[in-house]
Order: sequence, then C-alpha cells, then structure tokens
Amino acid sequence: MEITVTVNGRSHRLDVSPNTLLVDILREQLRLTGTHVGCDTSQCGACTVHLNGDAVKSCTVLAGQADGASVVTIEGIGAVDDLHPMQAAFREHHALQCGFCTPGMIMAAIDLVEKSDHLDDAAVREGLEGNICRCTGYHNIVNAVLSVAEAKA
Amino acid sequence: MYPFNYHKPSSVDEAVSLFLDAEDPAYLSGGMTLIPTMKQRLAMPTDLVDLSGVQAMRGIERQDQKLVLGAFTRHAEVARSEVVAQAIPALAHLAGLIGDNQVRYRGTIGGSVANSDPAADYPAAVVALGAEVVTNKRTISSADYFQDLFETALEPGEMIVRIELPIPRRAAYRKFPNPASRYAVVGVMVAQFDNGVQVGVTGAGPCAFRASTLEAALAADLRPEALAGVDIPDAGFNADLHASAEYRAHLVGVMARRAVADLLAS
Ligand SMILES: Cc1cc2nc3c(=O)[nH]c(=O)nc-3n(C[C@H](O)[C@H](O)[C@H](O)COP(=O)(O)OP(=O)(O)OC[C@H]3O[C@@H](n4cnc5c(N)ncnc54)[C@H](O)[C@@H]3O)c2cc1C
Ligand code: FES
Ligand code: FES
Repeated sequence: MEITVTVNGRSHRLDVSPNTLLVDILREQLRLTGTHVGCDTSQCGACTVHLNGDAVKSCTVLAGQADGASVVTIEGIGAVDDLHPMQAAFREHHALQCGFCTPGMIMAAIDLVEKSDHLDDAAVREGLEGNICRCTGYHNIVNAVLSVAEAKA
Repeated sequence: MYPFNYHKPSSVDEAVSLFLDAEDPAYLSGGMTLIPTMKQRLAMPTDLVDLSGVQAMRGIERQDQKLVLGAFTRHAEVARSEVVAQAIPALAHLAGLIGDNQVRYRGTIGGSVANSDPAADYPAAVVALGAEVVTNKRTISSADYFQDLFETALEPGEMIVRIELPIPRRAAYRKFPNPASRYAVVGVMVAQFDNGVQVGVTGAGPCAFRASTLEAALAADLRPEALAGVDIPDAGFNADLHASAEYRAHLVGVMARRAVADLLAS
C-alpha cells in the first residue's frame, strides 16, 4: 500500500506493506537511524519520536496509522553545530553514557517540557516513566530536563 | 511481524462490514495492546480494521448527568480534558495513571474496555460509576459487561462506539501500580451518588467487579475507618509472581480506604 508521511519537514510517498512499523520506515526506508529499537515490545522508549506533536513509541505504530502524519525524529530537532536546547542540556549535565536510550529520552523530554506548566524532580521522573536507561541511573537525565524546564519558565 | 491486511474505514457501519467480510479480523484502536500481542503472535488476525478514521467514535461530551466518551478517546485526552476535570475529576486522574506518556498518547478507552485486561484501570471506573457500554448494536450495562478474564459481553464483530458514565457527586481512584509495568496490581474507585456509594475494583479478580461488602460498610458510614475489619473474600482472586490472592485482598482494603480519604478531601 502507499502512504504519505512528512518526516522532519519533508514529505515522502512510500510503498509499504501493512505490517511495516513506523520505526522501520524511519530506520530502513529513510535511513534515519538515530531512532533506536531497544525492546520492540513498547516498554523501553528508545524508539520515541513525535507523531503529530505527541511523543509515541514508533515500534508500536503501524505504517497505516502514520499515513498522512507529520513525524519528527532526533535528526529533525537540531544539528551537530546547532544543538536543540535539550541536546545541549544532556551534554552539559552528562546525561548519557552509552547513548542508546538518548534519542528516545530526548524526544520524550522535549514533549514533556513543552506540555507541562511546572516540572519538579518527581514530575520529570514520572514523565519519563516510558523510557528506560540501563546506564545512568537517571539522576543526570533528570537534572538535564529540569534545567531546560527552568530556562523555559 | 507476520503479514496481514489493513483497512481504515470512516464510519461505524463501514468498519463493521469490513470486519464481517474478513477471515479472522480484529479492530485496531490505539494498538498499545494489540500490536505487541501480534508481535508475540498471541493474536494473529488476518485483517486489521483501524478505527482511527471513524469520527463518530471520537469526542468528550457532557450530557446532563452523564459524561460521554467516544471509544476512540485517547488516555491523554481524558487526562487533560477540562470537561472531564469538571465532571469526574477522578476519571481524569485515573487516565493520567495509565502506563506512561507515550502509551497515553495512543491508547484509547474503547480499546482498554474491549480488552478487559484484569489489571487495566478503566474497568474500575466503568463498574464503580455504573457506566453503559454502547456498541454498534446495543447498550450493555456495566453489571453485565465484564464476564471473566479477558472476556466481555461483546459478541464477535460487535464494536464499542462510546461509553456513557453517570456523573457522581464525588469519586476517587487509588491504584497500587506494578512498579515495572504500571498496570494495577489492585485499583479501587469509590463513587458517591445521591442514592449510595459504589466501589469498583480492578486487578484483584479475573475482571473488574463491584465490592458489595465495602459498599455496605460505606453506605452506613462514609469514612476510611468504616472499612476496618470488613471482610474481602479472596476466592477466585488472581495469584501470580506479583502478588498472592491474599495480598491482593489486603490491597483492596488499603486502596479503598485511601480512595475514601481522597473522596472526602475532594
Ligand atoms: C507499556 C504499557 C503500559 C501500560 N500500562 C497500562 C496501565 O497501567 N493501565 C492500563 O489500564 N493499561 C495499560 N496499558 C494498556 C493500554 O492502556 C492500552 O492502550 C489499552 O489496554 C488498549 O487500548 P488500545 O486503544 O491501545 O487498544 P488496541 O490495542 O488497539 O486494542 C485492544 C483490543 O481491543 C479490541 N478493540 C479495540 N477497540 C475496540 C472497539 N471499539 N470495539 C471492540 N473491540 C475493540 C482490539 O481488537 C483488541 O483486541 C499499557 C500498555 C503498555 C504498552
Ligand atoms: S523499541 Fe519501542 S519501546 Fe522499546
Ligand atoms: S545511556 Fe546507556 S541506556 Fe541510557
């Protein structure tokens, strides 16, 4: 079947089979490999992207469900010499070690900060419930997200 | 994932007829349960009928003493809705406790109520509020709807279109979440109406149910203390690696007391 999906501002017409997952479209058809697959079972959040403005797990969205949608991935939020404030905060606060969870963590965190009026430590931990990190123990991730939330306030 | 056919109807009738024409179909709502289940091949439908394009299954509306939620209403919409916050704040609170942000942006009330996972949150509200499940064919009262483990009154091909929830005077929901999955080990909603108190329990048994012993105690005295010593029979309760039946029965009492305290403070 054919779908149209806008990814990081560019519209694509793609030929896909119904069992194609959004994450496969991104990684395999569009070669946007910044979005990771950790679990493939909707648990870890490594595959988080923005779908029509909401953070979703792209391993649990079918091609047909993404038809007509606008998707933003980690590649679409900043550039190496022009980091998004959340990326800059992750670097500043040493919020990553291996980096595997980081793209999903950053996409979830951007959504969380955008949609919350007030965030404290507990609210950030709660807000990132859907993202698992095996390395950092979360402490520095929470600090990075709080720093962006405070800058916004 | 294995191959299947995909359909995206724009009306209830079209969805039902696509379903009836297919070999072994399933309705697809938020996909937060169905897609992982298909990946594991615990379900292997030949055809998915995606309900996301059916406008009649969307929307949140207050009609007199009822809150009407389209089956395709996502958990995040309920959690953030002003209408829900005004009418049944405990329901907005409950929706905000489901899973995580990403799950709440996709999962829907219709999918949750259709699936009837023993540990799902919405069923506690459906039974506590005495909601009605409106399908393409009929209206099912919550007393008849939940039947057993993952088993409901829905017939093959029957589709939930909306859920109508009576608005209580006050209500509160407390859950003891599984620390990993966030599903309810036990969840209790207590709702006070002009003509009585209703208590809905999820997580403890094979499906959500009304706790009559707790309701009787609270009818006489609507305070947490009134539940001290009330017997909660654990016969038929779930027992797994997360909690024994006896522990779940204990948690029902604890969550109910906390919900009553929240209700009185609301
Ligand atoms: C990581 C994770 C954590 C979660 N935590 C929780 C939690 O804490 N509490 C909780 O309650 N839930 C939890 N869930 C489940 C979540 O709420 C699901 O969204 C919900 O159970 C199913 O809703 P859905 O819209 O995604 O339905 P789908 O997955 O699309 O469908 C579920 C089932 O219902 C059927 N169906 C769907 N819509 C209809 C309809 N209108 N009429 C008839 N049949 C229909 C489908 O055919 C399928 O069998 C969690 C899920 C995940 C992945
Ligand atoms: S890969 Fe999607 S949630 Fe883990
Ligand atoms: S930095 Fe390694 S998983 Fe998070």
